[in-house]
Amino acid sequence: MSWHQAVLEALKANEVRLVTYIPDNVLAPLIDAAHADSWFRVVCPAREEEALGIVAGAWMAGMRGITLMQTSGFATLPNVLASLIVPYQIPALMLISERGTLGDHQLGQAIVCRTMRPVLQTLGIEHFAIERDDDVGFVVDGMARQAYATQAPAALILSPLLTKKRA
Amino acid sequence: MNRFDLTKRLVARLKRGEAVIGGIGNTNFDLWAAGPRPENFYMLGSMGLAVPIGLGVALAQPARKVFVLEGDGSLLMQLGALGTVAASAPKNLAIVAFDNGMYQITGRQKSLTAATVDLVAMAKGAGISQSDWAADETQFERLVERALAGDGPSLIGARIDAAPPAGVTERDAALIRRRFAAALAQKPG
Repeated sequence: MSWHQAVLEALKANEVRLVTYIPDNVLAPLIDAAHADSWFRVVCPAREEEALGIVAGAWMAGMRGITLMQTSGFATLPNVLASLIVPYQIPALMLISERGTLGDHQLGQAIVCRTMRPVLQTLGIEHFAIERDDDVGFVVDGMARQAYATQAPAALILSPLLTKKRA
Repeated sequence: MNRFDLTKRLVARLKRGEAVIGGIGNTNFDLWAAGPRPENFYMLGSMGLAVPIGLGVALAQPARKVFVLEGDGSLLMQLGALGTVAASAPKNLAIVAFDNGMYQITGRQKSLTAATVDLVAMAKGAGISQSDWAADETQFERLVERALAGDGPSLIGARIDAAPPAGVTERDAALIRRRFAAALAQKPG
């Protein structure tokens, strides 16, 4: 099973039905597969803040959701995480394609990448980088279950070791 | 027109467990002052996200009407959300834009709507065709009735005065969330 299929299967197993995203090249197969699957309601807003706000509102109304983004998109989120998601104890799932490391040619991505883990750590948000195909299902399932059991957000980071490295 | 007066007129018409999202600052302060409703969500931060939060609620519960109350400064901060609402086309979502042309809570600095920006025209341009300025209180109530009775999405613009809010929301985010989610777990009336 490809990594993106494993992500969607784990989301389904955890009753996650809403996918909001801001596009990313690495995430394109996951985004396409979500659009093609009638299980998911898929929304592509204009900014990551919006995407996370939609997931927050939907969860309070009984629908679980996840926001897909790339590293630079995560960098736009600290205010929303610190003033909505964390204090209101909302288990928003985030899936972040890690850019700016292991061979990225974009200087902006490389610099902004270094802010991601310090922000997650400072806000006390659970995060884990997935590096291997055969870990995808276990990690996505475990982090989703823990997020909903503990009313806490979680960041799933997709390492280039998973999404770009060829055997 | 006055924000607290219009908020009371809106809330008085909500009989079926409609969800109301109160945007950051004076907007949710006046919603709080209009009386306790467990179906109210009060934003203590995340400026600009009232519309996305309301859209999430509306998508999750198509059978429940959802009202978003937002100020001009907040709406200006997340204008793309109007396009997201139009594209998602939730029939159960209505946005009320209170416009006093200023960042009232931070010292009355002028906002862009005091210069050239027309929020109703912005909403129409984004694709929310049912977007109207309420000329007075009577028309505001008529537009609220239209949103309650028919399909949305819609946006109601209301030019308001600079009167201070009638109260201040309690600052317990976890309690606000628990009460709101529990109320929304009940079937709408």
